[in-house]
Amino acid sequence: MSTGAIVMLIVSAVIVWGGLAAAVLHLRRHPEEAED
Amino acid sequence: MSQQNREQWGTRTGFLLAAIGSAVGLGNIWRFPYVAYDNGGGAFLVPYLVALLTAGIPLLILEYAIGHRYRASPPAAYRRLNRFAQPLGWWQVGICFVISVYYAVIVAWAVRYAGFSLTQSWGEDTEAFLYGDFLHVADAPGPIASYNLGVLIPLVVIWLVVLVVLGLGVRRGIEWANRIFIPLLAVLFLILVVQALFLDGAEVGLNAFFAPDWSAITDGSVWVAAYGQIFFSLSVGFGIMITYASYLRRKSDLAGSALVAGFANSSFELLAGIGVFATLGFMASAADVPVGEVATDGLGLAFVAFPQIINNIPVAPALFGVLFFVSLMVAGLTSLVSIVEVVVSSVRDRTGMRRVPAVLIVGGFTAAVSVAVFPTDQGLYLLDVSDHFINQYGIALAALVVVVVVGWALWRLPMLRRHTEAVSSVPMRVWWALALGVVTPVVLGFMMYDSITAELQANYGDYPSWFINSAGWGVAGGAMVLAVLISLIPWKRRAGDEDDTNATVADADQSGKGL
Repeated sequence: MSTGAIVMLIVSAVIVWGGLAAAVLHLRRHPEEAED
Repeated sequence: MSQQNREQWGTRTGFLLAAIGSAVGLGNIWRFPYVAYDNGGGAFLVPYLVALLTAGIPLLILEYAIGHRYRASPPAAYRRLNRFAQPLGWWQVGICFVISVYYAVIVAWAVRYAGFSLTQSWGEDTEAFLYGDFLHVADAPGPIASYNLGVLIPLVVIWLVVLVVLGLGVRRGIEWANRIFIPLLAVLFLILVVQALFLDGAEVGLNAFFAPDWSAITDGSVWVAAYGQIFFSLSVGFGIMITYASYLRRKSDLAGSALVAGFANSSFELLAGIGVFATLGFMASAADVPVGEVATDGLGLAFVAFPQIINNIPVAPALFGVLFFVSLMVAGLTSLVSIVEVVVSSVRDRTGMRRVPAVLIVGGFTAAVSVAVFPTDQGLYLLDVSDHFINQYGIALAALVVVVVVGWALWRLPMLRRHTEAVSSVPMRVWWALALGVVTPVVLGFMMYDSITAELQANYGDYPSWFINSAGWGVAGGAMVLAVLISLIPWKRRAGDEDDTNATVADADQSGKGL
């Protein structure tokens, strides 16, 4: 694989999968409040 | 059905899995890899992420907000937003009906192909097998001349599964099914990708997929492709997320959930891109041709190219085939459940019918149309044309009308933003209104112009005009006309309660109380 392709593979993985991990962690840190 | 008695998701995770199950469908597996490859490879990431953040996730939040605020499926929810907006909801119901009748057929094909994989019974000429031996496609569009039991039987089974899941309800049916199917899909697809990465030539395919062509970023059509992919892949624009969000509890993190669902959908797409292009790299290397010559998408990728590749896989080809087609089936099934639920839920909200009778009558009717029309020698033609037209002049056009009507004509974005921020952990600030009020209508408007121009230049797929006019324009236009006609039927007193809701909502909004 070319260097450009390897870099984009890593960048894509970090942003997209990292974005998912960050979004999940964020949601877990904000648990649902109990209903009134 | 009163709002107090409305069904609810058991847990937030259950809702998220169902939302992800709806978004992750066939398009993630067979559309994204080729669109990305064809539009700049690695460089496509830039317009793709911009589209995700400026259109995909904002649209998801909009649908979550409408469903959550008005606690109803699209027709009743839009009616509560403004009584003249009701046809928008029925239009989305019509779109869901059309999509579900043909989408189920592709899931049924995947079931059969999972079986064919065991012995690679499609033979050497996989194209001739698909169109001839398996589908018995007629030479040209025309009246239905024959039924195909090989498709009809799995199609009936798929519909039975869908109706049982829907009949069991939101918590015991839809949520339970997604709790099983989504982790299963992730595991199956991960194994498939690992197997693909070990194929000879996998790195050639990955190189073709990720090598960036930075000149693509300045090409307008690449940006349109990115917005189109995000848009069609996320299952926004036809009311699914309104319906699913209507089953959320009052205090639900809408924006936070939309970020998870949006990134989960893209995460699966990226994984599919890696798996598909590693496999195509193997095919190209084996045939000693460039990857560009074997790269394709849609039905051709899944039911022609992949069987051909499976024929040549040296180790465990049957496993690879079963993993691929069962993944397709599971991804399609969870999306199909969500699409039919929109129709069922809308009729329930309109008539007050209980779930099981509604599923039997509405779901049963949808299944009957699907089973009567598509497992035939005309099925593929009907599927191809209705899919194209309902996507362009159903989903995309309805979404354009929704953002213009809700964002501009009714000026409801500030109110929906207040509603969302009152329950969300992620601040939306001006980004959300700007994305929905400006970016999304401009991009969707351009996509529509682009698409209509192409339609006027030549018949889609070179089909005869009578067929395009009936199965294409007729179906897409029929959804719009029916939506208006159904909206003209006066609501009974029971439904009149919802007028009061409308007033309450409007009052609350004017007083700035949000929730």
